[in-house]
Amino acid sequence: MITLSNVTKIYKSKSGSVTAVDNVSLHIREGEIFGIIGYSGAGKSSLIRMLNGLEKATSGQVIVAGRDMANIKGRELRKARQEIGMIFQHFNLLWSRTVRENIAFPLEIAGVPKQERLKRVDELIKLVGLEGRENAYPSQLSGGQKQRVGIARALANNPKVLLCDEATSALDPQTTDSILDLLVDINKRLGLTIVLITHEMHVIRKICDRVAVMESGKIVEEGEVLRVFRKPEQPITKRFVQQVTEPEETKETVSHLLEKYPQGRVIQLTFVGDAAEQPLMTNIIRNFNVSVNIVQGKISQTHQGAYGVLFIHIDGTEEEMDKVIDYIRQQQVEAEVMTNVE
Amino acid sequence: MWSNLLPNVQWDKIWAATAETLYMTGISVLATFILGIILGLLLFLTSKGNIWENKVANTMIAAFVNIFRSIPFIILIILLIPFTKLVVGTILGAEAALPALIIGAAPFYARMVEIALREIDKGVIEAAKSMGATTSTIIFKVLLPESMPALVSGITVTAIALVGYTAMAGVVGAGGLGNLAYLEGFQRNHNDVTFVATVLILVIVFVIQFIGDFVTSKIDKR
Ligand SMILES: Nc1ncnc2c1ncn2[C@@H]1O[C@H](COP(=O)(O)OP(=O)(O)OP(=O)(O)O)[C@@H](O)[C@H]1O
Ligand SMILES: [Mg+2]
Repeated sequence: MITLSNVTKIYKSKSGSVTAVDNVSLHIREGEIFGIIGYSGAGKSSLIRMLNGLEKATSGQVIVAGRDMANIKGRELRKARQEIGMIFQHFNLLWSRTVRENIAFPLEIAGVPKQERLKRVDELIKLVGLEGRENAYPSQLSGGQKQRVGIARALANNPKVLLCDEATSALDPQTTDSILDLLVDINKRLGLTIVLITHEMHVIRKICDRVAVMESGKIVEEGEVLRVFRKPEQPITKRFVQQVTEPEETKETVSHLLEKYPQGRVIQLTFVGDAAEQPLMTNIIRNFNVSVNIVQGKISQTHQGAYGVLFIHIDGTEEEMDKVIDYIRQQQVEAEVMTNVE
Repeated sequence: MWSNLLPNVQWDKIWAATAETLYMTGISVLATFILGIILGLLLFLTSKGNIWENKVANTMIAAFVNIFRSIPFIILIILLIPFTKLVVGTILGAEAALPALIIGAAPFYARMVEIALREIDKGVIEAAKSMGATTSTIIFKVLLPESMPALVSGITVTAIALVGYTAMAGVVGAGGLGNLAYLEGFQRNHNDVTFVATVLILVIVFVIQFIGDFVTSKIDKR
């Protein structure tokens, strides 16, 4: 659906030039939810804005739904944009128009006749759950409701692709979740390809199929969300993964535990997918002669399955403890014995 | 009773002068509104980072606007005498005041329009672009509606200034309440005529302000 080949974006100004996107190649499949994560200034917005031609690539090729976005202009570009919806961090609604009129705006641009427009707007209002607020002005809506208007507006012309530039960054956690649920719902129902950028791993975890990690204009890591959670390769990816899996105090707790229990072992278990649902603890206690103490843990639900980290302390004979670790590993659960190095 | 208090006031003359003032104000406000919006849009659209970014054009329009905005109105009238003669055919009467009124007020209003357009969130223009809007759609469906409250309050201020300008134009022969106050009131020393003309001008100003405020509050949905 979307293919970027060796795309570079350089901003030139009097004070020098900034390479915002640096030789990025990427393929986004039809119907998937693709996340791009990175810290501020990584070049995420520049990248996503090239997908609908709001920025022109300095070099390289940007193909979206079969169109070369870096090289089309005028009428053709406007036509292409009608097939690519976009939602924004600050919603960017027209305050002089009501909810209904805001959603009708892209339909007016596309030249849809009035009768059809009204019908389509009603469908969209239902789709995003804004019944009863049709005649409100944006200033009378909450942030979450405004973003729903933004989504309805972006979907009005039945686009093939939806671009989300930090669509939930201005919302509180609960509203964020409801908007993310809506995006998943739309993705499933309409088979829409969604590209979203964010600096929150929570967003990636909750709805993305695949993720790319961006740092200083480059994509440093890319893959299935579950794979990236299980085996993050780059240090920056590890930090993002820790945002959602490890509570802040984990490191402290572990070193504290190692001091507290000089005997026995502290083990970090990493569960992925189905393994997270097995009664592992029960089996260890029943079958091995060790004492088990659950120290800390967190299981996160990703779009593709569960992912969790659990710290346990076990004590017993060396031999028995080795057996337990072997057993755990047989269950396709990763086990790492913690030592006091850090 | 009125005739005792205001012995020199001839009401038919007063109403005729009021009508002239309203005529001059009305036409020049309308023309200023249209011309000011066109100039303001050009100023905005050719400025840095906008759709028609063009440094040369922007500098030229800005220079034109600044020059005409800075010339004192009474001097502008005199400077424009040859132009007025050419366009209107005379330099006397209400019609003859219009060129100077419009050329004096439109650049003043154009700056207000430009400021109002700059207040619009860039993101909204961007959103319209991302939907595939043409430049004319952006102008007529985004820029103008989104800045309308500021455009209306700006034209209100300009209209009030224009009422003042018509009085000044009256002194040099353009008719209206200013002309009446000068010829009948000042030169013949009929203070009651000056008084009535002043009161009527004040009433016109208050009515304009009231309408402007009312319309602004009605259309402002922010
Ligand atoms: N129009 C522009 N002109 C010049 N430099 C720009 C422009 N837009 C972005 N940049 C620069 O490009 C780099 C990447 O910016 P970009 O907005 O793409 O980052 P981002 O990842 O979206 O950051 P954030 O999370 O803060 O939105 C930054 O160094 C920024 O200063
Ligand atoms: Mg950004």
